[in-house]
Amino acid sequence: MARHISTQRRALNTASAWTVALILFFPILWTVLTSFKPEAQAVASPPIFLGFDWTLQNYVDVNEQRDYFRYFVNSIIIALGSTAFGLVLAVPAAWSMAFVPGRKTKDLLMWMLSTKMMPAVGVLVPIYLLFKTLGLLDTRFGMVLVLTLMNLPIIVWMLYTYFKEIPGEILEAARMDGASLRSEILYVLTPMAVPGIASTVLLNIILAWNEAFWTINLTVTDAAPLTKFIAGFSSPQGLFYAKLSAASTMAIAPILIMGWFSQKQLVRGLTFGAVK
Amino acid sequence: MGKITLSQVRKSFGEVDVISGIDLDIEDGEFVVFVGPSGCGKSTLLRLIAGLEDTTSGSMQIDGQEATHLPPAKRGLAMVFQSYALYPHMTVRKNIAFPLKMAGMTADEQAKKVAHAANILNLTDYLDRRPGQLSGGQRQRVAIGRAIVREPAAFLFDEPLSNLDAALRVTMRQEISELHQSLKTTMIYVTHDQVEAMTMADKIVVLNAGRIEQVGSPLELYHSPRNLFVAGFIGSPKMNLISGAEAAKYNCATLGVRPEHIGVGAGDGHWQGVVGLSEHLGSDSFFKVSVDGIGTINVRANGELNVRAGDRIHLSPDLEKLHRFDAEGLALK
Repeated sequence: MARHISTQRRALNTASAWTVALILFFPILWTVLTSFKPEAQAVASPPIFLGFDWTLQNYVDVNEQRDYFRYFVNSIIIALGSTAFGLVLAVPAAWSMAFVPGRKTKDLLMWMLSTKMMPAVGVLVPIYLLFKTLGLLDTRFGMVLVLTLMNLPIIVWMLYTYFKEIPGEILEAARMDGASLRSEILYVLTPMAVPGIASTVLLNIILAWNEAFWTINLTVTDAAPLTKFIAGFSSPQGLFYAKLSAASTMAIAPILIMGWFSQKQLVRGLTFGAVK
Repeated sequence: MGKITLSQVRKSFGEVDVISGIDLDIEDGEFVVFVGPSGCGKSTLLRLIAGLEDTTSGSMQIDGQEATHLPPAKRGLAMVFQSYALYPHMTVRKNIAFPLKMAGMTADEQAKKVAHAANILNLTDYLDRRPGQLSGGQRQRVAIGRAIVREPAAFLFDEPLSNLDAALRVTMRQEISELHQSLKTTMIYVTHDQVEAMTMADKIVVLNAGRIEQVGSPLELYHSPRNLFVAGFIGSPKMNLISGAEAAKYNCATLGVRPEHIGVGAGDGHWQGVVGLSEHLGSDSFFKVSVDGIGTINVRANGELNVRAGDRIHLSPDLEKLHRFDAEGLALK
């Protein structure tokens, strides 16, 4: 039975939704606006909303001081690399947990998730020392490795939930049809799980792109991604808000654009299986 | 060739024996139906033959080859599942071709075999659709198509018609029987519906609680059930089972009379009773009669019979067709 909602009620709902969305989005909007202001107007009090002298000078300055493109490439390599590496490990893991569960599978899943409950700083020193000994500090491979491990529990969990939705009889049919384990995963399971895998990939790229704790602590220059790029502007140039804003805008723009275009896929993927 | 031999096959999940030591020979080209109430182990037995479950003990041979520990793909059997289990992301053509692709066949050969199967099953017009765009009956045909292209040693059907409506079920039942006649390949068919079992089978295997109660042709089971379970399970409406003093008159613990082996008359008869419920189908009439000193007896009469609820009637069982069982429930000769 459809519930009747009055027009007034609907207008009120829409207005509150917009208000909440604007409040959430405001810091980003303000950062973007500030990046186009001259330094003097960026710190003006009272703040100027739109009536300032628009300029691209901040972007030029930021690029002259630091090579944006190098950080951008590192971000891409770390985000895509850790996601790809994570999938290679997580697909077989989630497959076995979903389709051939043992008595301890649930406990194992809980344990994997529990590692995400620990503050990262708790293992900073041991990991730093390990990386130092293994020569992984400030290397792209090292960063891919650490972010893969950080996000692996989430990838496994998400894939596990999607795989659970796939009827076991279809995989049994594939086995009867002569499919090896590899063909079964490649031709039957993966195509059916594509919506789930896609949203897992998107979410992990976003998480890896935005990850700041490990990337800032374990890199210097060679493997430094965009998070380091922003951080680099925060302390020495702490008073230059316009340049800091330009750096931030350049760092978040790629992921914001990607998120915008894939939001349908993301929402679908994240609510997949919630309603039968 | 599709001769399958089971020797002392047992399957247990933890402490529970689901299949307890089954011996069974299935001859090449036979249509064998496993029938029994739900939970009797019939589907598990089929899955053991398919290789989708591991046997706990015992052995299995397919065409004389040891097959107990072979993976499903190596057994040369094809299976049709209750849920059809089609690949939803593939077209009908790709669904049917999938086992051929897995066998490493060339695209040309695949196309030829798919076309042939589609022709047999009237699927030619639907080859480029996806399973989601097909009706239940068509999906069932695709599942069968996927099985026949492999030219398997035997087909395994796991309650394939239970998701279809009644009318379609009758049509598909006949199609599967015709398919068996034309392919002459061994078929093993699991169902809980004894009408399907009676109409399709060369040989019926009646299962109960993980054991075989009786193996035989449909009419053997109908005419000489080995025990009370088979007597009650085969035949519709169910056989009347009478115990107590009336059974003692015939030197048995339980007396079985099929509803269709009881004559109805207004005059002199063996038993007398009052009609409780009467159903008139035109071709047949069914009565529930409360018989003095015995209890409720179901009666089936051919054609129309002018008997209504509340009438007092006389019943005469066909004495030649009585079934007698001892205290253990086994049939007496």
